[in-house]
Amino acid sequence: MSAPVKEPLFHVVKRDNAGLMRSVLVRVIAIVLALLVSAVVIVLLTGMNPLHVYAALWDGAVGTSRRAWITTRDAAILLCIGFAVMPAFRMRFWNIGAEGQVLVGAMATAAVMIYGKNLPAWALYTLCPAAGIAAGAIWGVIPAFFKAHWNTNETLFTLMLNYIATQLVAFGIIFWENPPGSNSVGLINAKGKIGWLPSIGKNSYLLPILIVVGLALILFVYMRYTKQGYEITVVGESENTAHYAAINVKRVIIRTMAICGGIGGIAGYLLAAGVGHTISTGLSGGRGFTAIVVAWLGKLNPFAMMVVAFGLVFMEKGALEIASQFNLNENASEILTGILLFFILGCEFFINYRLEFRKHNKEGVKA
Amino acid sequence: MKKFLSMLLVLCMVLGLTACASAEIAAADIKIGMICIGDENEGYSANHINGLVKAAEELGISKDQITFKYNTPETEAAYEAAIDLAEQGCNVIFANSFGHETYIALAAEEYPEIEFCHATGTTAMTAGLENFHNYFAAIYEARYVSGVVAGLKLNEMIESGKITAEQAKMGYVGAFPFAEVISGYTSFYLGARSVCPSATMEVRYTNSWGDMALEKETAEALIADGCVLISQHADTTGAPTACEAAGVPCVGYNISMIPAAPNSALTSSAVNWAAYYGFAVKNVLAGTTFPADWSAGYVDGAVAITELNAATVPAGTAEKVAEVEEALKAGTLKVFDITTFTAPAGAGYEVDAEGHLTSAFATDTNGDWVADANEVVIDGAFSESSVQSAPYFSIIIDGITAVTE
Repeated sequence: MSAPVKEPLFHVVKRDNAGLMRSVLVRVIAIVLALLVSAVVIVLLTGMNPLHVYAALWDGAVGTSRRAWITTRDAAILLCIGFAVMPAFRMRFWNIGAEGQVLVGAMATAAVMIYGKNLPAWALYTLCPAAGIAAGAIWGVIPAFFKAHWNTNETLFTLMLNYIATQLVAFGIIFWENPPGSNSVGLINAKGKIGWLPSIGKNSYLLPILIVVGLALILFVYMRYTKQGYEITVVGESENTAHYAAINVKRVIIRTMAICGGIGGIAGYLLAAGVGHTISTGLSGGRGFTAIVVAWLGKLNPFAMMVVAFGLVFMEKGALEIASQFNLNENASEILTGILLFFILGCEFFINYRLEFRKHNKEGVKA
Repeated sequence: MKKFLSMLLVLCMVLGLTACASAEIAAADIKIGMICIGDENEGYSANHINGLVKAAEELGISKDQITFKYNTPETEAAYEAAIDLAEQGCNVIFANSFGHETYIALAAEEYPEIEFCHATGTTAMTAGLENFHNYFAAIYEARYVSGVVAGLKLNEMIESGKITAEQAKMGYVGAFPFAEVISGYTSFYLGARSVCPSATMEVRYTNSWGDMALEKETAEALIADGCVLISQHADTTGAPTACEAAGVPCVGYNISMIPAAPNSALTSSAVNWAAYYGFAVKNVLAGTTFPADWSAGYVDGAVAITELNAATVPAGTAEKVAEVEEALKAGTLKVFDITTFTAPAGAGYEVDAEGHLTSAFATDTNGDWVADANEVVIDGAFSESSVQSAPYFSIIIDGITAVTE
């Protein structure tokens, strides 16, 4: 009847089930391609030997045992913040307020460390994390409460709470800054290290790592084997199904966000008492947003998220070393991270879809 | 055998001792670390980096022996950078931003054999660590001189009828409302008033060391508020950019602002950090101890003003500048001469009936942030940077309005 429709060169077909081997293979190919493209970019832009640059990257991230510890610890912190968004994402609740939840947690911890420095050690070691978790949980429950009862937009709500948290911290700094007017609190309780997360032996990096690994195990079990974890998944799949199954959706939303906020509070506690030993508006440093990348690239799986968090921090630390060794501007290393992320995100397409090319046979001509 | 062993032991001890006593380092072997808040694209850090490289070159140390840590925030990252430099074998480590201080002190405690030097900090004198130092430069002297240039410009504007004497109000874009900034703008103001007696000044803070957009906005707000000349204690070219657009003369900081504002910039006050870096590295090479605090001014070449902009400064400025610089070097002119300013009564200092300073303290000992120790009104002047290297003049004097929001 009408003119024959020309079949396009290829079309996209969804894969039913990508095998594990296949998806791992695609990712490895993506990383190799990213390294090759990066190498070309390095040579074109700087004329340096890309192998030297990669060696510096490795050296900066894990080149000495101290660097390896710092990289692992920072990965653990990033992972912890990733855990603060993961259960919410399973529930299809777009919590992009981890930054704020971490900040209020850190602020509450710092307040306890500053005002409670005369308390006995055991009291501080209980009060600091308790205050951090409580503050984070409150910050998580506020948008959840409004979402549950009036169906407000949680994306905007959690985002805006980040700015309020930042301003709250700025307000707290007015009282705690040292010296006044400098806008910097500096190390809290530097003399005597009161309230600081203790070192194990001489290693101050191990304890935060262990805490986050413990958290990963608990979360894995909670999400997979408990009734509450199942409820989260059901609410995420379909609220109507959840209603039908007699799940109290409001309660699940609020409870889950309290957990998410509380985990953010733990990250805040670790940052204020275990890593930075200070409070500043930049303490979280955008990790609340990077954590979203961690959660999604890790497919909301605690163990896959570990790999992603480590990879991102590895690149970041390596990037600093590249800047230091080759006097390359920090932007140069951000380009490398960008290329890598581009390929890793891009390869998801090839894992989930395949291309079907136009067949060069008579069938095509006939159509 | 036993005798041989004890001989060997004695020999080892003697060798060990001599190794201790002569901790001299050859110029070819020294390793230097520097932790910067920014990189070479940011004026303040660029000034430090160039200073260190220049000082090292003069001592026969190659640039390869210096390891820089760029863009280090004022967080635990500063501590980690310091530790990393220590583990790389650096003999001396510098850090250039105020907020790095507590983290550098922490690292200094862990590595007593390495010298740690922190710019603009205040705690080395009380930290009780032999290897932790603060350094600054008497930038208030250079700011005073740049103030003289500004005052001469105001005079020219008054003479040409552009403004009346009463309208000679300057604006100042300050970073944070504390001593380092207050000392800076007061010296600038006193310099201007020494040649233009009717000058007044309005200060606004950005609460940031470097925020291009905010500094530009603040300068615009000051101009809108009737300021006819702008100066700054902030790191970017934001204020000069606003001045160039509004046709208002300006005085910069750290670097010459002539490229950013060719028709507005007069000059800038700047620190020559090479003076300190040379001093510190020389001591480390020789294995000699050096003081917890270091500050030097015009007489040691540690501060200066940058090139005068021939297109904007009034005739005769260079001669006046030379005269003031000579007087500062000779010590006949004191920036904070107590006869030249008055202040309302306040905490940490005393004034007589006319408002002239009679007594003031430099440092605080009881933790309430009101200075209560080390009298610094000496021989008719407030003695800035003599007790500790970081400035401590924090009195808002008459003629200056500081807007804190």
